[in-house]
Amino acid sequence: MTLEPLVDIQDLAFHYPDGRQALAGVSLRVYPGEKVAVVGPNGAGKSTLFLHLNGTLRPRGGGNGNGRVRVAGLEIDDRTLRAVRSRVGMVFQDPDDQLFSPTVFEDVAFGPLHMDLPEDEVRRRVARALAAVGMEGHQQQVPHHLSLGERKRVTLATVLAMDPTFLVLDEPSAGLDPRARRSLIDLLRHLPQTMLVASHDMRLVWDLCPRTVILDAGRLVADGPTTELLQDAELMERHGLECP
Amino acid sequence: MGHVLLDPYYQGSSLIHRLDARLKVLGTLAFVLAATSTPPAAWPAFVLLALLALTAIHLAGLPFGQVLKRSAVVLPFAGMVALSLPFHGVGRPLWSWQPFGLELSVTDEGLRLFVSVLAKSWLAVLVSGLLVATTTVPDLLAALRALRVPALLTSTIAFMLRYLHVLVEEATRMLTARQARSAGSGRTIAWRARVLGGMIGSLFVRSYERSERIYAAMLARGYAGPAGQARSLQPLAWQTRDSWAALAWCLALAGIALLAYTIS
Repeated sequence: MTLEPLVDIQDLAFHYPDGRQALAGVSLRVYPGEKVAVVGPNGAGKSTLFLHLNGTLRPRGGGNGNGRVRVAGLEIDDRTLRAVRSRVGMVFQDPDDQLFSPTVFEDVAFGPLHMDLPEDEVRRRVARALAAVGMEGHQQQVPHHLSLGERKRVTLATVLAMDPTFLVLDEPSAGLDPRARRSLIDLLRHLPQTMLVASHDMRLVWDLCPRTVILDAGRLVADGPTTELLQDAELMERHGLECP
Repeated sequence: MGHVLLDPYYQGSSLIHRLDARLKVLGTLAFVLAATSTPPAAWPAFVLLALLALTAIHLAGLPFGQVLKRSAVVLPFAGMVALSLPFHGVGRPLWSWQPFGLELSVTDEGLRLFVSVLAKSWLAVLVSGLLVATTTVPDLLAALRALRVPALLTSTIAFMLRYLHVLVEEATRMLTARQARSAGSGRTIAWRARVLGGMIGSLFVRSYERSERIYAAMLARGYAGPAGQARSLQPLAWQTRDSWAALAWCLALAGIALLAYTIS
């Protein structure tokens, strides 16, 4: 492939202030349009890796790690932080952490407002993002009156409203009943954005992501087509996973 | 009780519900000011203020029984604070007695003050209850922002109301878990207190951890500190009926205040 990678991570290492090594030299390239799954046991470093993708954690600074992270050709530093964050839509695992505003409308408008967009553009984007996740008509509702599946959809809308080129999803299907899960997978499949998805839900990985990487103890131990990796029972077992 | 605290809004589409939230906040404030500045024992004025508030409550279509029950919550607190007033010594003594060699007497002037303080507190809570029962939380916050209440304060209120529910859910889950594991009763109060203390502590730790995750989520969407928070869309629109309602409310309050000062 001669394409520029959208995400380029090289030799990323990171340890927390308490000395725990979360990442021990991870290199990963994601190309535009790819949907890549990151699987691995709890504590493998998935969340730590994700927090590096929008500069919440950084390899340099604080001396907690080293390596390099580039998103859309931009090295993440103080100057590029805002530009990077408007390109990376990060969806956290617990929607209650992400929906912090009094109403659905205000929450979806939060990102566009902080991108200093004019008011009518903000309203347009909110309407478009909510329509994209099938939640139009819920603008004035308060988050705690929504079901978990609906809240997951709204969290997706909160980042889609920022028009990101890259989506980072942490356990998108956790806690959902089969129907809500099914419709979320369908929704994600039809989004055009490049995606990095952390999940324990191997059927979601199978249905959504053509490519999978396995992260274990802070290292990438496998990278390949999902159909091959997920059928390699011995490999999956070795890293505390199971075949779908 | 719990749900009243969490969700005081009463669904409706009355004129009062549809009035601009800014008007309702200022109107409530004006009423509270009028009630608290009414001279003590200006009884006709208190009755008129109560009638004004009750008329508004009737217009809003709120159930009287519930509204009165909710507003009565203030009486024990106000009563505690005002408890010493009947004894403050000015005026004609009504009852006297000497416990432990102390001279205690309830005076007519003191009693009047006591009842006036209770009446003022009750009226203030009555209209505040009307405000939160007819205004949604987002509108109320928008009104406070429009009235230049500091952003730090309005976002604190917003976060508190947003996460109160999450916190109550967590506490309920913990209570259920405790009940599931403490089948036999007959435990001591000390044991119960220790368990409760542990629960409160772990709720605090969970909330602290959650606040860090929320902050990360805010940063991820471009939040840049409280200075950057000033921008939000104004959902409120002032209508002609708001001007009329404001005028009527001000005239009523001014009339009652005038009466109160002429009779006292």
